[in-house]
Amino acid sequence: MKLVMEKRSETPISLMLISPMIAVALTMISAAIMFALLGKDPVAALQTYFLDPLSDSWGLQEVAVKATPLVLIAVGLAVCYRAKVWNIGAEGQFLFGAMAGGYVAIITHGSTQGPWLLPVMLLMGAMAGACFALIPALLRTRFGANEILTSLMLVYVAELLLDYLVRGPWRDPAGFNMPNSVMFEPEATLPLLMAGGRLNIGTPIMIAVVLGFMLLMGRTLKGFEIRLVGEAPRAARFAGFSETGLVITVFMISGALAGLAGVLEAAGTVKQLQPGISPGYGFTAIIVAFLGRLNPIGCLFAGIFIAITFIGGENAQIMLRLPLDATRVLQGLLLFFVLVCDSLLLYRFRLLRGAAA
Amino acid sequence: MQASPPLLAVEGITKRFGALEANNAVDLKVAPGEIHALLGENGAGKSTLVKIIYGLLRPDAGRLVWRGAPVAVESPRAARALGIGMVFQHFSLFEALTVAENVALALDGSAPLDEIAQRLSETSRAYGLPLDPKREVWRLSVGERQRVEIMRCLMQDPSLLILDEPTSVLTPQEAEGLFATLARLRAEGRSVLYISHKLDEVRRICEAATILRGGQVVAHCDPRAETAASLARMMMGGDVVPIRHDHIEAQGPVRLAVSALSLPPLHAHGIALANINLELRAGEVLGIAGVAGNGQDELFAALSGEELAPHDAAIVMDGVAVGRAGINERRRRGAAFVPEERLGHGAAPAMRLTENALLSGHATNGFLRYGLVERAKLTDFVGKVVRAFDVRKGPADPEARALSGGNLQKFVIGREIARKPGLLVVAQPSWGVDAGAAATIRQALMDLARAGSAVLVISQDLDELLEISDRLCVIFMGRLSPAMPTAEATRESLGLLMGGAGMAA
Repeated sequence: MKLVMEKRSETPISLMLISPMIAVALTMISAAIMFALLGKDPVAALQTYFLDPLSDSWGLQEVAVKATPLVLIAVGLAVCYRAKVWNIGAEGQFLFGAMAGGYVAIITHGSTQGPWLLPVMLLMGAMAGACFALIPALLRTRFGANEILTSLMLVYVAELLLDYLVRGPWRDPAGFNMPNSVMFEPEATLPLLMAGGRLNIGTPIMIAVVLGFMLLMGRTLKGFEIRLVGEAPRAARFAGFSETGLVITVFMISGALAGLAGVLEAAGTVKQLQPGISPGYGFTAIIVAFLGRLNPIGCLFAGIFIAITFIGGENAQIMLRLPLDATRVLQGLLLFFVLVCDSLLLYRFRLLRGAAA
Repeated sequence: MQASPPLLAVEGITKRFGALEANNAVDLKVAPGEIHALLGENGAGKSTLVKIIYGLLRPDAGRLVWRGAPVAVESPRAARALGIGMVFQHFSLFEALTVAENVALALDGSAPLDEIAQRLSETSRAYGLPLDPKREVWRLSVGERQRVEIMRCLMQDPSLLILDEPTSVLTPQEAEGLFATLARLRAEGRSVLYISHKLDEVRRICEAATILRGGQVVAHCDPRAETAASLARMMMGGDVVPIRHDHIEAQGPVRLAVSALSLPPLHAHGIALANINLELRAGEVLGIAGVAGNGQDELFAALSGEELAPHDAAIVMDGVAVGRAGINERRRRGAAFVPEERLGHGAAPAMRLTENALLSGHATNGFLRYGLVERAKLTDFVGKVVRAFDVRKGPADPEARALSGGNLQKFVIGREIARKPGLLVVAQPSWGVDAGAAATIRQALMDLARAGSAVLVISQDLDELLEISDRLCVIFMGRLSPAMPTAEATRESLGLLMGGAGMAA
């Protein structure tokens, strides 16, 4: 007797939309059990996690601020993963973007600046992210090195470089030896969308990126190429597309978006460089990309959902004294259930009895 | 001669895969100390039969008798326990491990590695297959890897060794070495079941042969008493289908000229192309016959531009050298291509028909405007192909994998013909396709040629080639025979060429 997985011939679209929702529901059930085991009231905990962040303007703004980097990175990763290129190092590309953009802010600190400053910072951030992502891409195309390992390991390079810079050359001279840079000048920070909140122009930029990538993936030849290389590499060759070129392109696209997210975070929310500038956005965005079915709009919704769990997790930490790790467990469970539901969609499970088929 | 009971008797083995009867009441006897050939074309059922003998497949009917007693071979492990060893065409070795480690893994006991290495190097020398037990497998040539596979079997002291197309990956010199080893095995009283389609080889080393065609045994014979021609006739079938007589001698301009094209193999088990020459004129269908794995994939890749030729002049289309041009540039010059593998090569399984139309037509069919894909144009185009080729597709724009093999093949070929290409290169046009679809496809290819295009068909189906080609050549071990008019070709002469007889090796 053995269990076999058979590929389904065609998966209905309705199932593809329902699957992430089933995953979310299963996550909530598991979370409720976990909360109960931790001795908390599951209903109150779920409310704190998933509903309270949406109940006031402050919460909504926080969700948008959190979702912005997650969605930006996830949209880029989705492009990569569609091509079956596994960039796991978005965290490092994010940090490089923050460092490059932050560098512009730091060297212009205290001198006269113009309206060109922010665009230059954003451009530098995106370019730095793309260049940093080029390393694993070239290692794969030139030497056949596994990009999962190289891109992941480069995260530590980026983290330690940032750590060195803010403790050494870029440390704020007036910062009491704290490991951080100067606070950015107002010209080097993102304009707020409304007074008294934290929502800045990063969010509309993110939405524009989502729409742009919808168009790229759905309507252009490049988008078709990306999907085809991932779907059927041999057919992509037959279509005349170069896999080498595409690996480099998708790595640079995702690196650029991660870098852009990094500089937006540095200039928008943190307003300086410091080691803990990212609470693991680059890794969480992997969950967002898959939860969003590697589709830009899907990533937008998934990013918002994950952002809610972040804000909810902070609330729960304060109000219910739940450990922050509970949030991570929750996100891990979510990814797990998304992948399980996907396998159920794509495959039919069958139990074969006896030796002969 | 058959006084002692045979070592292995296969009695009435039948195996079905859905509607396909891969083996139909197959009988076969292998005597001790006999090298027994299993001959047949691709798809004749050879692999199915040996997989049953080696315990990888279970028969639907019939039984195996080992040394006079019926046995049920449930698994390869059970087969090995009986004394059956098998060397597959595609090797299963761990590249990062040494030769001795690979052998040790296959042995069921737990002897120390040093002892195994010692025994291995003695045995391998004794059999004339010297191996260094300490070398890592990735450093070995294909021929040496095969030695490891063979030695791995021999270390288990088998009474019957099954070899699946062993010389297909060997140089002639390596093949000689293998034959010497086989002679030694025979002298020791071991038997060999030798799967091949190479007639000269079989006549040289085997003293018995079973010939399969369409899953059935057509003959048991002594190959030494046969000629290559008579073996070929049995393999291909003597039943003569009426051959069309309106084959023409095309006088049109040369559409495709290949000269002195050589190309290294595409992968470890591929075949190098050696000095290929051919000329294809407007208005004709040229057929290239050959048993699978003789360089057809490489030839297709070279013609399509998926693999670039070493020199620009090696491939000339309509007077322009395109050997170094990519597939889309060749398409822009009026060429079109249909690969053998529909799903995954010619079409992307999980993509819709419109997207699959874009796949091969994006460079030539004007599907793009301002950089955006024009869906309406794609839908129109798919509709046109579907109507012209009677593609039964169900929903409006299904995924390619939802179509049956025949309908998808009609779509893939129709997609290219709809562009009215000046040159069409197609591999296995009616492979796995029902008779109706096959007839539609063949007619479409002939019509295209009669309308002034040049059509090159690479196929293993001799009937198909005899029906539609005006001229024929045969590919064997990466070499192409000179083209002959179809009217002058016979099954026998083609079969000889396909078995490599009479061709400079």
